[in-house]
Amino acid sequence: MSAFVEPLGQSLPRLEAPDKAVGSARFIDDHVLPGMLHAAIAQSPHAHARIVSYDVGKAKALPGVRAIVTGADLQVRRVGGMLKDETMLAVGKVRYVGEPVAAVAARDPETAALAAQLIEVTYEALPAVLSIDAALDPAAPLIHPDFASYVRTMEGNSRGNLIWDSELAEGDVDGAWRHCDEIVEAVYETQAQQHAYLETNGVIAEPEQNGRLRLIATCQSVHHVQIRVSEELGIPMSRIRVQVPRVGGGFGGKHATNIHSIAAWLARATGKPVKLILSRAMDMEIQKSRHPARIRIKTGAKRDGQIVAREAEITLDGGAFADESPNVLAFAMLMARGPYRIPNARIRGRAVYTNKLRAGSFRGFGNPQATFAGESQIDELAQRLGLDPFDLRLENAMQPGDRWIGGQTIPSCQIAECLRRVRDAQRKAKPLPPPKPGRKRGIGVASVTHISGLMGTSASVQLRTDGTVALNTGCVDIGQGSDTAMTQLCASALKLPVERIAYATQDTDFSPYNWKTAGSRSTYMTGRAVVAASGVVHEKILEHAAEMLECAVADLELRPGGRVGLVGVPGKELTFKDVALRSQFRAGGPIQGFNGLVFDGPRFDPKRALVARLAFDNLGAYAFGAQCAEVDVDEVTGKIEVLRVWSAHDVGKAVNFGSCEGQIQGGVAQGLGYALYEEMVWDDDGRLANPSFADYKIPGSLDLPAEIVPIVIEDPDPTGPFGAKGVGEISLVGVAPAIANAVAAATGARLRRLPMTPERVIAALEGPG
Amino acid sequence: MSERLEYELDVNGETLPVRARPEATLLEVLRDELALTGTKRGCNQGVCGACTVLLDGEAVRGCLTLAANVGTRAVTTIEGLATNGALSPVQRAMVESGAIQCGFCTPGMIVTLESFLRANPKPTAEEVREGISGNLCRCSGYVKIVEAALIAAGGKP
Repeated sequence: MSAFVEPLGQSLPRLEAPDKAVGSARFIDDHVLPGMLHAAIAQSPHAHARIVSYDVGKAKALPGVRAIVTGADLQVRRVGGMLKDETMLAVGKVRYVGEPVAAVAARDPETAALAAQLIEVTYEALPAVLSIDAALDPAAPLIHPDFASYVRTMEGNSRGNLIWDSELAEGDVDGAWRHCDEIVEAVYETQAQQHAYLETNGVIAEPEQNGRLRLIATCQSVHHVQIRVSEELGIPMSRIRVQVPRVGGGFGGKHATNIHSIAAWLARATGKPVKLILSRAMDMEIQKSRHPARIRIKTGAKRDGQIVAREAEITLDGGAFADESPNVLAFAMLMARGPYRIPNARIRGRAVYTNKLRAGSFRGFGNPQATFAGESQIDELAQRLGLDPFDLRLENAMQPGDRWIGGQTIPSCQIAECLRRVRDAQRKAKPLPPPKPGRKRGIGVASVTHISGLMGTSASVQLRTDGTVALNTGCVDIGQGSDTAMTQLCASALKLPVERIAYATQDTDFSPYNWKTAGSRSTYMTGRAVVAASGVVHEKILEHAAEMLECAVADLELRPGGRVGLVGVPGKELTFKDVALRSQFRAGGPIQGFNGLVFDGPRFDPKRALVARLAFDNLGAYAFGAQCAEVDVDEVTGKIEVLRVWSAHDVGKAVNFGSCEGQIQGGVAQGLGYALYEEMVWDDDGRLANPSFADYKIPGSLDLPAEIVPIVIEDPDPTGPFGAKGVGEISLVGVAPAIANAVAAATGARLRRLPMTPERVIAALEGPG
Repeated sequence: MSERLEYELDVNGETLPVRARPEATLLEVLRDELALTGTKRGCNQGVCGACTVLLDGEAVRGCLTLAANVGTRAVTTIEGLATNGALSPVQRAMVESGAIQCGFCTPGMIVTLESFLRANPKPTAEEVREGISGNLCRCSGYVKIVEAALIAAGGKP
């Protein structure tokens, strides 16, 4: 039996990594079930049209076709987040090019695809709404004419094509401007980014005994898929079982989607397992994107650099369905003041419908948009004031005990330390050879903040009769390393070698509830549940041992390696196996610990702030960071080359140091793609012009700097598991403004639109600053 | 339904009978006919590199290779790299360096590195970045993959 080594903070190799390295790890498309059929989807060619009729005759006549479903076959049960506005297939009208209008199950993928092409749908085209301005035009066609009848969780002051309209304010912004010596104001625009997980989305649905339905879904929460399919198909949750295989990346793009209900519908219609795996093109056309945003922002300061006021107006393009737009909007608004002591702030946020792919959750969740605007503007302000950008940030940085906009107190906050650490790291780094002729070099910085706590989660820990432990949570590892991190937390709490803990895969029949792998919340939220559930097991072990050793619980201690003994008496001890056998067969029953919690941090303070129609009221556990980029700009070609990035993060406590670094490096890479390359482009007819990896460029190894330097700062959060906070998203958030600020420092050109392509760089170099 | 061709493929040292559509790619035959699902389909367009396999030791895209044209060339997939259950040096380095996150690009990345390190056993970090530039990874930023390659080559990252 291996000895106990304290696992917290170690760069323990991922538990599942050997399986992934030899090709035996099973992802959704690696599963084959007996008698399995294959599904294909028929898509809308129109951005906005009324569906007149369907003709499935030719498709049905194709040998091998087993079932066809169109919107006409559905009993309409709309699903969604705050607003239930979406059906798995278009009903009555289509709202974006590519929207699923019908689906087929057939004996093989080729037959299914051919049948989908043979489905004939007659449309009556409607004028399409393809931009924020078009959506807000009072004369715009309504994308959801029945909007008023939709079920909603709260009111968002919606009207026309406006999904949501909210406000967040503190202090007296209107009165504050006259106290400012300098005021800067600008509009920043960001694009639709695609998650581009290497594994496309997919699902297998299979009828099970007793009228139940089983889904194997590549997803970020089995519980979320279960509830969506239940609502959409009108089946009780108890009759739907969802399991998850290994997941090939998620980044917010693999929550419950239309494909889960489509496969479930076809499985019920045929009585057979049905597999639906999206092609890369279809994944890009029918899943979701990051919200394109337009942000007008204004910041004012005293001559000495004290920031007095900030006002922002954020407008998000939500696409054809609301999805998580209200929540993404709320989070963007919450991040728009930034981690600064700005006493007067007012943020207005709106999200609109357009006839394009829905926008939804994506690593950062509204924060990259807000931070691009806010952190670019801090540098514009610094330039106006003649101050160093680092110094301006440090002068205004929040301190522990300060309040976030909305009134929540921040117990741990190392934003100033993060800024100092990236500045020092950059200054002490070995200087690079000077830029080649025609190129200019600059340094840029951005402050970043994110949360790590929201919603509910739970964990159960069970001691087996051989002294090993079964750990169950609903937390899905989508590649970020939560299987290993949860195991490390449990191992540390029970002083057991990690080999003696088996972390179970997620299955709605067995897994304790978890909201989602999202919001950088797994380590902080589910980690807390794991530590607390382990604590329950710890207590029960001591209680049994006290009876067995005829002593008081207070005289006992857990010893490393699965033993419990009398304090101060080295030989007097029992193994976990002794205790587990006794409890299971003689007294008390199996030793099990459970803990469930919902985020319990401070809420917004209505006395302090105006919080109107914000689609979140209970989130927090704020984490902080600073990111610094060193770039070269070629003034002839407009090409930006990022040479080095330093990314400092206040993680509370690194549970797995290597995974923490991996999250930071990967986030920087995805943020660099957002900054420089990635953009989903729709043509004038609303058709996605680049639904492929050939035309939508994600960074390859040569597109990234040779040095992405993670700097991990550990200031334990009093509420986190062993002090840990989240680090899943924050490293993406500040990359774009850090690069934009470096470009401005190098050339004087200010880029206010992402991605910063060579064409836009040239235009900014030539245009007025 | 199109006709099926019958032929043999030498895969991971074993001669295997195949019955597949004439237009089937090597990726499709490996995954769907031979149940060798370690080779991944990421884009099916030759861009992402997740389907990389070796043909007589040379890294190729499984999705761009017609299976019926492989002939007698030896196919090596991710399943064929470990010997008697022991990971290859590249596989071991990828595991121990934390270079594997979601793991979907991993088989293609490892197969590419096997081929690359045979041709260039003592590469620099820059050469490794060049060598894996045809394999996309969305999780890691490639930093730890480059470290793993250098460790596998016997050097220090």
